[in-house]
Amino acid sequence: MLFALFLLVPVAAAAAYVTARQRATALSTAAGQRLHSRPQHHGLHSALWVLIAGWGALIVLTVVGEALIQRVLMARISDALPDEGPLQWNLVLSDARSFAQGAVSSEMDPLRERIAGAFSWMNGTRLWLTVLATLGGAAAAAWWTYKGITVEARARVQSETIIRRGLAVMATVAVLTTIGIVFSLIFETVRFFNAIDWQLHKFLFGTTWSPLSGVFEGEMDADKVGIVPLFAGTLMITLIAMLVAVPVGLFAAIYLSDFANHRVRAVVKPVMELLAGIPTVVYGFFAAITVAPLLRDTGEAIGIRVASESALAAGLVMGIMIIPFISSLSDDVITSVPQSLRDGSLSLGATKAETIRKVVLPAALPGIVSAIVLGVSKAIGETMIVVMAAGQGPNLTGNPLEAMTTVTVQIVALITGDTEAETAAGPAFTLGFTLFVMTLLMNMLAQRLVARFREAYD
Amino acid sequence: MNDMRLIERAVDMDDIKISARDVQVYYGDNHAIKDVGVDIEDKTVTAFIGPSGCGKSTFLRCLNRMNDTIDVCRVEGDIHLDGEDINARQVDPVQLRAKVGMVFQKPNPFPKSIYENVAYGPKIHGMAATKAELDEIVETALRRAALWDEAKDRLDTAGTGLSGGQQQRLCIARAVATQPEVLLMDEPCSALDPIATSQVEELIDELRANYCVVIVTHSMQQAARVSQKTAFFHLGNLVEYGETGKIFTNPEDERTESYITGRIG
Amino acid sequence: MADLASDSPAAAPRPGSLAAGSARLRKRRRAELRLKIYGLSAIGIAAAALIALLSTVVFQAGGALFTTYFDKEIRLDTDFLEVTPSSDPETIRRADFDALIDRSLEQRFPLATGRQELRELHDLVSGGASFELADHVAATPDLLGQSINFDLIGSDTLDLYKQGAYGQLDQQPVNGLLSVSQLEDGSLAVSSSANDFADALRQVKAQLYDDAERLRAQADRQQNAVNVYGERADAAETAEEREENLADQADAIEKRDALLAEAEALVARAEGAGGAEEVDEENVSLFLKAGGGWMHLTEVNRQSGTGEMLTQVDLPIEDSENWSFHIMPSPEADRPFSDNQIAWTETLKEAGLIERVFNTRFFTAADSRAPELAGIWGAVVGSFWTMIVTFSLTFPVGVLGAIYLQEFAPKNRFTDFIEVNINNLAAVPSIVFGLLGLAVFLSFFGMPRSAPLVGGIVLALMTLPTIIIAARAALRAVPPSIREAALGVGASKVQAVFHHVLPLAMPGILTGTIIGMAAALGETAPLLLIGMVAFIVDVPSGITDSATVLPVQVFRWSDFPERAFEAKTAAAICVLLTFLVVMNALAIFLRKRFERRW
Repeated sequence: MLFALFLLVPVAAAAAYVTARQRATALSTAAGQRLHSRPQHHGLHSALWVLIAGWGALIVLTVVGEALIQRVLMARISDALPDEGPLQWNLVLSDARSFAQGAVSSEMDPLRERIAGAFSWMNGTRLWLTVLATLGGAAAAAWWTYKGITVEARARVQSETIIRRGLAVMATVAVLTTIGIVFSLIFETVRFFNAIDWQLHKFLFGTTWSPLSGVFEGEMDADKVGIVPLFAGTLMITLIAMLVAVPVGLFAAIYLSDFANHRVRAVVKPVMELLAGIPTVVYGFFAAITVAPLLRDTGEAIGIRVASESALAAGLVMGIMIIPFISSLSDDVITSVPQSLRDGSLSLGATKAETIRKVVLPAALPGIVSAIVLGVSKAIGETMIVVMAAGQGPNLTGNPLEAMTTVTVQIVALITGDTEAETAAGPAFTLGFTLFVMTLLMNMLAQRLVARFREAYD
Repeated sequence: MNDMRLIERAVDMDDIKISARDVQVYYGDNHAIKDVGVDIEDKTVTAFIGPSGCGKSTFLRCLNRMNDTIDVCRVEGDIHLDGEDINARQVDPVQLRAKVGMVFQKPNPFPKSIYENVAYGPKIHGMAATKAELDEIVETALRRAALWDEAKDRLDTAGTGLSGGQQQRLCIARAVATQPEVLLMDEPCSALDPIATSQVEELIDELRANYCVVIVTHSMQQAARVSQKTAFFHLGNLVEYGETGKIFTNPEDERTESYITGRIG
Repeated sequence: MADLASDSPAAAPRPGSLAAGSARLRKRRRAELRLKIYGLSAIGIAAAALIALLSTVVFQAGGALFTTYFDKEIRLDTDFLEVTPSSDPETIRRADFDALIDRSLEQRFPLATGRQELRELHDLVSGGASFELADHVAATPDLLGQSINFDLIGSDTLDLYKQGAYGQLDQQPVNGLLSVSQLEDGSLAVSSSANDFADALRQVKAQLYDDAERLRAQADRQQNAVNVYGERADAAETAEEREENLADQADAIEKRDALLAEAEALVARAEGAGGAEEVDEENVSLFLKAGGGWMHLTEVNRQSGTGEMLTQVDLPIEDSENWSFHIMPSPEADRPFSDNQIAWTETLKEAGLIERVFNTRFFTAADSRAPELAGIWGAVVGSFWTMIVTFSLTFPVGVLGAIYLQEFAPKNRFTDFIEVNINNLAAVPSIVFGLLGLAVFLSFFGMPRSAPLVGGIVLALMTLPTIIIAARAALRAVPPSIREAALGVGASKVQAVFHHVLPLAMPGILTGTIIGMAAALGETAPLLLIGMVAFIVDVPSGITDSATVLPVQVFRWSDFPERAFEAKTAAAICVLLTFLVVMNALAIFLRKRFERRW
């Protein structure tokens, strides 16, 4: 219903376009002079306003109405069941809603029926209000713009202003996303730190991570929320990954940019792109099904115990995943070191290898460091490989053959686990916030380095 | 530089440094240099002139095999340096380029200090056993490039921080430091202002005493000012080669004359 | 060096003649070769990793391509089912077809009587077979009371057995004549006139050594535990802790000794020359086929043995040459497919009642907890809806935003901030977007969990920076002369951009969009957090239905313990990779086709 309404608005806008254009054409003929704006600009102006008014009313009423209904019904439920918690209230509400929408509900009682009745009344009212406001808004906008068509009206300028503003709004969506991320993370993070009385040092330097053991709703044991073991695992896996990815990626980039002829490049580049395009869940499968058992069996054969969820397996595969990332970023910076520097070195009788080692790489260094920093940031934030191939239990060890867990694994475990969302959200979002801050800092560092490189050579 | 000097110079024709015969260069399917043959003398400045795209720079790059670095480029024909075929299988271009230095159109100092720029060649060729020797090579090279007085107090500062003319002289110092026998210069002044240009031109004239200098230029005045011999290229052909004075005053070929007088270019 | 300054460079030291390769030059060339080799091996490593990954997936996926069916004659007994052809179709559908199928199997193999045996027999057929039969009968109720031939889908273990996942039944050459007679305790005395079982006896004994080896390895592990507990006990700070560790150590010692003793016993048995050897379920399985039925041996000697009937055998058998002997190398205890099940399967196979066919169900069904019933279609449709949402949000917003930033934005601090922000957003880990979706769209706006709507929005936000960056690059590549030309004939800035610049930049924008969408299609982590990891057996029919997507399906299946899911996971990956390859190929095609050099 609402979706049909959503599609109806553009139809109305098209109608407004045609009407306004006809009126402008007629006006032009009648007045016998050229209008300031061409008839189609009047049409466009009218159509834009219809779209804004129609969709605006639709979205505002849907969102506000939904929130209002939610709030009123929740208030009624919480009044009726003062002894229960939010989880139970939500359950009642969703039961009532699905019952009102004609679905078979798991459990019915008078309260649920009452709420269902209230919901269907409110929902119906809201629906009609929305239809009315949307169509009314669209009609009003059409009428207002229609009246505004005169010889002097600057419809083109006005509609282009609307378009520019619209474009600017689109450009700020990315900013809104960032704000959304920061606020949603900060909200739960603050709640979490409140729960541990802002003992930040226990969070940052504690060595026991077991936030859900023996806690009651909303309460945290500050001695069990130390992220050191998580970071140990994350850094261990990242380190292994970088030990694979940096040399392989860098040497591949050097070979591709300075030694390979175009035929080799034509084969190798797509291979790298293919590696880059493989979803991480596939790498996770590869790590869990092939690499981890291989390492375990090899270890067994030579008498070393390797855990089947060893940090080594996850790290190796993550390294493979990051190879194309490092190689393509490094390739970019190495190729953008000007040819004139290479020529200068070669003309002095340097070999290619000397040219690369002593001229090209030092020149490209900031860019390469930036690629490595971005690679580290990607490894730290990588989720699926570690969820599928690394351990679940926090383990503070320096042995890469043991199972270790990571920040991202814990976020997934907390959110998708059986614990009630209210309790698990705190530690999960706090870990997310930490992750966000870390990757943000690294990214900013990387961008600064790359900017320095670009300044020198662009 | 006056015309008198051009005439009074008697050149010993026996002292041929580079001799090229039937050189062909292809860029993919494009035949860029056709049947070029030329004898370049030692201790002489030889200028290659011609309209842009005529192949003069391409031919210059054949002389130290810089064209090897371009994938699609193919060179045929014989080029001999002191009687040795530089395209022979056993010749290492690295060895060749140590003997045939090159200076490019745009100054291209490495993003290192002035000292490191000049010391780079001697270091990779292992020409200095001690730091003192290296210091001496650097000083000599900078002196030859007439840059010593300006640079001696800032040897540790970045070479890229010098002015354009200084940068180009630094590049010349860098090339001289490996003690080459031939210096190739690919429009060395095209990116410089007139004052820097005249400084570099003076320097070229001085370098003639020690080296065989080959310079590509699009400026006929420059060719006339600095060179003793001039070769005129047109559409990949070597049209005319001879004494600079003769080329500019009494060219044999019609095309040369058209170019000199500004009808083609 | 003094002569450096002189005017005679010919006298200066030379780096050497052109051809002569000095030792130093050779060293430099070797360094160059080394660098080249490093580069080539780096590329080799990357290529090897790619090949290993792809071949693992493709190799594993093969198992999911086919599935096993029984062609079984079933009598649709109206009394048993308690329905008649005139019953309501819904009632027919609810009749106990499960029991009917079980009963018809039991009639075929009357020897299966014990609880365990019956369960094994029923397990040959998938739980989904009865639903298919029920649907078939409900659609044509007239069949009730008749006998029909119906293709029953086999269970996952049956299919794995048919694939040879538990080893191949290995037929042995036989020379002698077989005699079988029943003993008083019901077991069968088996003997051959030649040494037909000698090889089997050797294999049985060899297996004992292997077992002993395995037990010793376990004992080693216990020894480790003994050491660790010992160390902990030594390092213990409290007496209580010490006690605890010592108790654990004692346990470990006991286990270790038991294991070692068991291993000793096995070796002793294996070394005992000749004599009958017991064939237990830890050892290879030995099958005999004779007298129209199957037996397996519980004890074996060179020429004779003791057996057990698996399917009905006509006894006694005397000096028959019409028999065969088979060895199953994997021990019964190691495979979820018992000797009984093997005998039944082989019997049905000889009757031509078992067939492996192309697994169309995998491409048409939604998820299921039973591997043989699980399909990818639900996830494909879920991915489709999610991508629809993602595309319809991220493409317009991304392109229009990019147009603003590239063409209209004034150079001020706010637009600088937007730029920095977009670049940073591109590097935010995807899981953080999942947290955003959880907090904002699920908790705050109360949108439905597990729905493509929310998944699509989250992926759209995640893809947005990629598309903006790609679109800006494409717009930047359009030369300013185009804009100037349009402005020069009196077009407004908006007209110049929308009429001239945008169409020229479109191929580049589309290429970037496709690559961004491909990344979104493969994304898993954020969707886990917004509940798209739920178990959904229906194919979603809209953007608000509960759904899962391809990569999440891969993740779920890879987590299931059933071995058959491994092949399904790999096959799902193949489907996912196929989509990605097609999308990337499209992007490359667009790039090549419309590539323009200005």
